[in-house]
Amino acid sequence: MNPSVQNTGVQTGPTTQAAPGPALTEGGNRAMASTAPDSLMTPADRQAPTAIAVRDLNFYYGTSHALHDISLAFPARSVTGMIGPSGCGKSTLLRVLNRMYDLYPGQRATGEVIFDNQNILAPGIDVNVLRSRVGMVFQKPTPFPMSIYDNIAFGIRLHERVSRSEMDGRVEDALRRVALWAEVQDRLNSSATALSGGQQQRLCIARTIAVRPEVILLDEPTSALDPVSTARIEELLDELKTEFTIAIVTHNMQQAARCADQVAFFYMGRLVEVDSTPRMFTAPKEKQTQDYITGRFG
Amino acid sequence: MDVSARQTLPATQEGPLVARNRTGDPAFRILASATGIGVLVIMGAIIAVMARGGWRAFATFGPGFLISDVWNPVTQHFGAAAPVFGTLVSTALALLLAVPLAFGTAFWLTALAPPAAASAIGMAVQLLAAVPSIIFGMWGFFVIVPLVAHYVQPTARHLFGHVPGLSALVAGAPFGTGLLTAAFILAVMITPSITAVMRDVFASMPTVLRESGFGLGATRWEVMRNVVLPWSRQGMVGAVVLGMGRAMGETMAVTFVIGDSNHIGWSLFAPANTIASLIALEFPESPAGSLKLASLLALGAILMAISFITLWFSRWLLARGDKAGRSA
Repeated sequence: MNPSVQNTGVQTGPTTQAAPGPALTEGGNRAMASTAPDSLMTPADRQAPTAIAVRDLNFYYGTSHALHDISLAFPARSVTGMIGPSGCGKSTLLRVLNRMYDLYPGQRATGEVIFDNQNILAPGIDVNVLRSRVGMVFQKPTPFPMSIYDNIAFGIRLHERVSRSEMDGRVEDALRRVALWAEVQDRLNSSATALSGGQQQRLCIARTIAVRPEVILLDEPTSALDPVSTARIEELLDELKTEFTIAIVTHNMQQAARCADQVAFFYMGRLVEVDSTPRMFTAPKEKQTQDYITGRFG
Repeated sequence: MDVSARQTLPATQEGPLVARNRTGDPAFRILASATGIGVLVIMGAIIAVMARGGWRAFATFGPGFLISDVWNPVTQHFGAAAPVFGTLVSTALALLLAVPLAFGTAFWLTALAPPAAASAIGMAVQLLAAVPSIIFGMWGFFVIVPLVAHYVQPTARHLFGHVPGLSALVAGAPFGTGLLTAAFILAVMITPSITAVMRDVFASMPTVLRESGFGLGATRWEVMRNVVLPWSRQGMVGAVVLGMGRAMGETMAVTFVIGDSNHIGWSLFAPANTIASLIALEFPESPAGSLKLASLLALGAILMAISFITLWFSRWLLARGDKAGRSA
């Protein structure tokens, strides 16, 4: 379909094929990844393969132009931090990656977002399958009004038919991976809304990974949490990135520095700069970035 | 404004922290308390009148008043069973018709309809909820009653008349008036108000909660079924109770189409009476101090009791559901 993602101006690697999920379109056969294996690359060439590549993305809320010509690659199995002042478009970009904006009439995107060798903005994409492969965690914890167990099982049941015992295993596994199992194993059938804020947010992450996505989008996941809960979520991200591609929007510069492998700075709907985290925080190329990360505005 | 305030302050006050003499506050407090207490007084007065006036009926017929289906002014025998039956059945049938319809409409309006259509139809729903009941009564009498008499009942009899168990439901002469017609009119009347409340309930759901459902790959129906519905259960029960209250007490529209017969039977097409329609029809012919008037007042007390019990029951249901569902 598309010759390659690499020959855009974007710094990208080959599109990953590592964890194939269900096809996004019915009958659409997925192209094979067109790249040499990692072992043939020199260390200098070695980059993580790209999980999602955004190219020339423009986004509109009705007539208001919210994102301008965004091109950005999300390397697989690493954390991309998205920073910028409120209203800069970072959350908007996140909501393009799982087509959440589809729910609202008048919102539209142009350009390309390549995920699993397909442009997910193209017509014919099954957004429900897409969202099962690109999960999302929100600003505030959003446990469903049901039991802890059912919160996890809900997402799994949407996409798979599993036996009761397998479901028990999947629920336990998801809860263990967010370090919540020990705290809730005795009350799986009690309401999820009775958990503390930090527990609820970890439950929401567990709910997301239980569906076995490839990408997890986090929209300021700790902004409603206390410092201890925040630290636990950040630790969690470190473990999750061994398996998932993570994109996190944050207002907290330290959080971006702590968690992210690469950081993208947005301002007024434009991507100002993207680079590896150490370079971004020590030697940003753009003055706007410098000003923002040193706290001179924003 | 600011300048004048600064100028007048030292003259009217001795110090900056000395309380000024505010007359508005106590006056407002007294007014608000009076209206609040007024609610209690009025309710007490209504109950007192009903109980005092209806007492003679209970004294004369005993508990038999509740279970007797006789209503005979000639022999001076009165019983509440037939109109209570009519009230309960017509309300239940009306809810059976109205709730799914209201739910579907509210769901469509909040989740599926294009915004322009949603606002236009939402407005129409509100207007329909405000139509006076006498309009529905006349419409029912001139449009629905002939339809039921000429088409609905003959068709129903043709289909089910020979099915054992169902034939009783469609038995009787095709008058057009009766329980089902009344239930239908009631359903048309209460659907808009139930829809309006349900729609507000759905719309008040936090966006992120809905989006969390979509974020897992759920379809609109799956989000509705598993996220919106459990979350909005309380509001939904509230909407249904509101509709039920209106259906049980509705008088004018029902009086037009129910057929005025104090009779308990299986047939959906048989003429019947509700408490409200019986009171409306018989009240003008009940002389002061008569046993009939006492019986009508007693019926009023029973209607109030039924309303209170359903309200209390729905609250109990909700409280119980809250403990199991979302004890936040």
